[in-house]
Amino acid sequence: MRYTEICIIGGGPAGLTAALKAAGLGAEVTLVDRNDYLGGQLIKQTHRFFGSKQQRASERGINIARELSAAVLNNDKIKVLTEATVLGYYEDGVVAVEQHDKFIKIKPQKLIVATGGAEKTLAFPNNDLPGIYGAGAVQTLVNVNGVKPGKKVLMVGAGNIGVIVSYQLIQAGVEVAAIIEAAPTIGAYWVHASKVVRAGVPIYTSHTIKRAWGDQELEGATVVKLDENWQPIAGTEIDFDVDVICLSVGLSPLTELLWQAGCKMAYVPELCGHVPLRNENLETSIPGIYVAGDVGGIEEASAAMMEGALAGLNAAKSLGYHAPDFAEQRAGVLKELEGLRSGPVGEKIRSGLAKVVL
Amino acid sequence: MPEVRFLFLGREEFNVLARTGVPTAEDIAEVMPSKERLAKGAVAMIECFQKIPCDPCYHSCKRQAIQPFADINDRPRLDHDKCNGCAMCLSRCPGLAIFIIDQTYSADKALIKIPYEYLPLPAEGHVVDAVNRAGQTVGEAQVVKVQSSEKLEGTNIVWLAVPHHLAMEVRHFKVKEVR
Ligand SMILES: Cc1cc2nc3c(=O)[nH]c(=O)nc-3n(C[C@H](O)[C@H](O)[C@H](O)COP(=O)(O)OP(=O)(O)OC[C@H]3O[C@@H](n4cnc5c(N)ncnc54)[C@H](O)[C@@H]3O)c2cc1C
Ligand code: SF4
Ligand code: SF4
Repeated sequence: MRYTEICIIGGGPAGLTAALKAAGLGAEVTLVDRNDYLGGQLIKQTHRFFGSKQQRASERGINIARELSAAVLNNDKIKVLTEATVLGYYEDGVVAVEQHDKFIKIKPQKLIVATGGAEKTLAFPNNDLPGIYGAGAVQTLVNVNGVKPGKKVLMVGAGNIGVIVSYQLIQAGVEVAAIIEAAPTIGAYWVHASKVVRAGVPIYTSHTIKRAWGDQELEGATVVKLDENWQPIAGTEIDFDVDVICLSVGLSPLTELLWQAGCKMAYVPELCGHVPLRNENLETSIPGIYVAGDVGGIEEASAAMMEGALAGLNAAKSLGYHAPDFAEQRAGVLKELEGLRSGPVGEKIRSGLAKVVL
Repeated sequence: MPEVRFLFLGREEFNVLARTGVPTAEDIAEVMPSKERLAKGAVAMIECFQKIPCDPCYHSCKRQAIQPFADINDRPRLDHDKCNGCAMCLSRCPGLAIFIIDQTYSADKALIKIPYEYLPLPAEGHVVDAVNRAGQTVGEAQVVKVQSSEKLEGTNIVWLAVPHHLAMEVRHFKVKEVR
């Protein structure tokens, strides 16, 4: 059995920031991630980020990942386990981890769950043909492994992810035939949409995928227009000759460990799935278990970092650690979060979060 | 500026930009410098039409030409008279939504500075296809300069000379196929 003051599951922006803040107050931290790198989703984000100066706006996600990981690895209060998957959480507060075929038990005093999200998929005929990927997989292929997924892509979903992955595909020299979106409006920030449109990618709102075709592998797809009631309009089919369909239809919070721990959960569509109830300190209904980032509701790296900071500060504080400027640090983070979620595009998040307050 | 409230109106009234990603002539008119200001030389056009939590343009402008944001979701408001077209904001905008226009470049050509993150980069003197906001080729442009220093962190700035009548149309370009 290994003992640690704070165990953090997930080394994305939320987990990394939580580790730095908790260690900053003096707590001793163990950070676990199943990947062989730290940074979570950020290492695939080659584009400049939105947000405020404090959240490193205009920097590229990949650079933020590098910096945060280096700070974590150079902090001797933080022990990092990579290629280590958390398999379970037991009633006696033990976290079970598999690393390099070995089973490790960790007993923390406080736990911060920052496991992020998992991609959703879409049902349509032939959606199992080779050549149909999730956007996250395409992004990993292109930006992490340097492999083109194919020659010509149909992107399904015009949220920020669908649009940004389209942009990154064009940058990698892959043709994007079109982006289709079932909703009547583009979900991505319009500036992102405008930049792919001027690069020659049309966006078809109120369109969905009817079927994919191909024999051994994907050869094309039929797309159809939707009416006000989201019903296909006969005769509006468009065929696309593509060898890749990229599904970017959202993420859902990766909450298995929270279910196991018995945290009170609620289904909140605005936060993209089942999420844990939590108080203002991001502590769940199980005392000592905190959440931060996409696992508590799909949002953004900027918000994930701020939530990580909050969970890290509060978890360390609850162990008796303190800093003279603790109150200011905490207030600062809360103010940043409020700012991020304040505008019209934050409305969905605000209404979702209102439903999960403990 | 009406934005998200359009979402609840009838289908045809949906904001065109939100449906297509292409700003309308009205959207553009709203951020266009006056004729008098354009006649004085280089000036920025900030084509950012939505309230989003973002403010690097404001922080990057040393001349305070972009008015202070009361809320991070504010849209940038540019005082064209204070702006000298220095392009500091252009490479910091994550939306690649800022362009510099210089109508005084020459008798028959205007100069446009465009943020560009694709390969291959064109070279000075190249003739490229000039592309509008909808992705259509509308003419030809000559590459006057390519700025791509480490300080720009991957967002290159390409200077294009285009005929005057295209200065408000061209916002992208395509490197021509080598034949
Ligand atoms: C295409 C795309 C574009 C984006 N653009 C932006 C943007 O412009 N600006 C912005 O702010 N945000 C952006 N985001 C969102 C941002 O990347 C995420 O919101 C952010 O990464 C969430 O952080 P997180 O720490 O909660 O989760 P993640 O980054 O997903 O990290 C979770 C980590 O937990 C690990 N993990 C999960 N389960 C286990 C387990 N059982 N055991 C061990 N480890 C585990 C995973 O391996 C992962 O490393 C974008 C996302 C995508 C996909
Ligand atoms: S071009 Fe220069 S002066 Fe004009 S808004 Fe941008 S940074 Fe400010
Ligand atoms: S930096 Fe760009 S995207 Fe952000 S508010 Fe300014 S103009 Fe808009």
